[in-house]
Amino acid sequence: MARITASVYTSHVPLIGVAMDLGKTEEPYWKPLFAGYEPSRRWFAAHAPDVIFLVYNDHATAFSMDMIPTFAIGTGAEFQPADEGWGPRPVPRVVGHPELASHIAQSVIQDDFDLTIANKLEVDHGLTVPLSLICGQPRAWPCPVIPFLVNVLQYPVPSGRRCFQLGKAIRKAVERYDKPLNIQIWGTGGMSHQLQGPRAGLINREWDNRFLDRLIDHPAALAQVPHVEYVREAGSEGIELVMWLIARGAMADAAGGPKPRLVHRHYHVPASNTAVGHLVLEEPLEDPPS
Amino acid sequence: MPLDKPYLDIPGTTIFDAEQSRRGYALNQFCMSLMKAENRARFKANERAYLDEWPMTEAQKQAVLQRDLNAAIAEGGNIYFLAKIGATDGRSFLQMAASMTGMSEEEYREMMVTGGRSIEGNRVMGEDGSAQAHRQPQGSGKPRWKR
Repeated sequence: MARITASVYTSHVPLIGVAMDLGKTEEPYWKPLFAGYEPSRRWFAAHAPDVIFLVYNDHATAFSMDMIPTFAIGTGAEFQPADEGWGPRPVPRVVGHPELASHIAQSVIQDDFDLTIANKLEVDHGLTVPLSLICGQPRAWPCPVIPFLVNVLQYPVPSGRRCFQLGKAIRKAVERYDKPLNIQIWGTGGMSHQLQGPRAGLINREWDNRFLDRLIDHPAALAQVPHVEYVREAGSEGIELVMWLIARGAMADAAGGPKPRLVHRHYHVPASNTAVGHLVLEEPLEDPPS
Repeated sequence: MPLDKPYLDIPGTTIFDAEQSRRGYALNQFCMSLMKAENRARFKANERAYLDEWPMTEAQKQAVLQRDLNAAIAEGGNIYFLAKIGATDGRSFLQMAASMTGMSEEEYREMMVTGGRSIEGNRVMGEDGSAQAHRQPQGSGKPRWKR
């Protein structure tokens, strides 16, 4: 039986990818940001999963205004990094897991979540920057990745409550998959940032850190926070944080199980226009045989 | 009964909702077309002629020609789509964001490095924070990057 072993949360700021691609990570501007990911890279190397289920949003790359799916799952065999206007990132192509992805699609749709199936998809910085942050710059990504896309560009985006419920449905789907795979679920985007209008540049360190506290200890209550609190307190693009609740909802405690263990927490301002937050939560070890 | 839009009182912020999306469809799809190198070349060669191929309003076309992102957003533009214009011009997201605040790139970068724009006074219209209408413009920058 497949199982979820951990969840990882991180911002996916495009300039972070640029800094890595251009070898700028040791510069004073970037060094503290990347230093905060070192413990997670070591943890990941020791706990590499068989598959990463990566929740992110497309930024006007694969989806134009022609079609705006609220939730979409990548069921293809591979996904190429997109040219977002500055040229494609020099990162490996992303290998998918069509069998598990279509299993999850079938299970989750039967559980009342209306997913769009994406067999052909170019992936943008929302997916590749988190991989770079945690996996570094390998010649090939360490395992298959299932892209899972959430509309957070056009309002109304799905509520935190629905994202949390969706996470639970994804967990159920994984547990119904009869191959012994270890799966990590990653929630990406945020934290506070606003890229538009006279309020551009907004950062709310206190709210961000309270979000991290609540995500760790009180995720079900956090899932009740309405959209308007995200956009008012964390900026118009801070709404991306609802995606973290999908990953959090997939942890055991959301289904009545034990709480996850906090492996690592990091917060840094700024990366370009954005506050960067990062968490690693690990499921508790299974009970030893009695 | 009208829809609930509790975000309309946030200062200096336009939430890209279904109504804005409807208004900006052609503008945003024009932006999306700039993902292709051949379209970027055609746009650069004659911006007005390229824009005239799209069913956009004159106000939308002027916002693009002037590189006035605040105006483009008011006309239904979405920042992630508008960013394709910036990419065509070789601008970074930080430069684009700065242009919407009235700050120069240096002033804006300095604000970010020192912790970003404070939320205090910037939650609700009528407070006294830096993003409020009576505090504009915010710096010595230009609200656009082209004449």
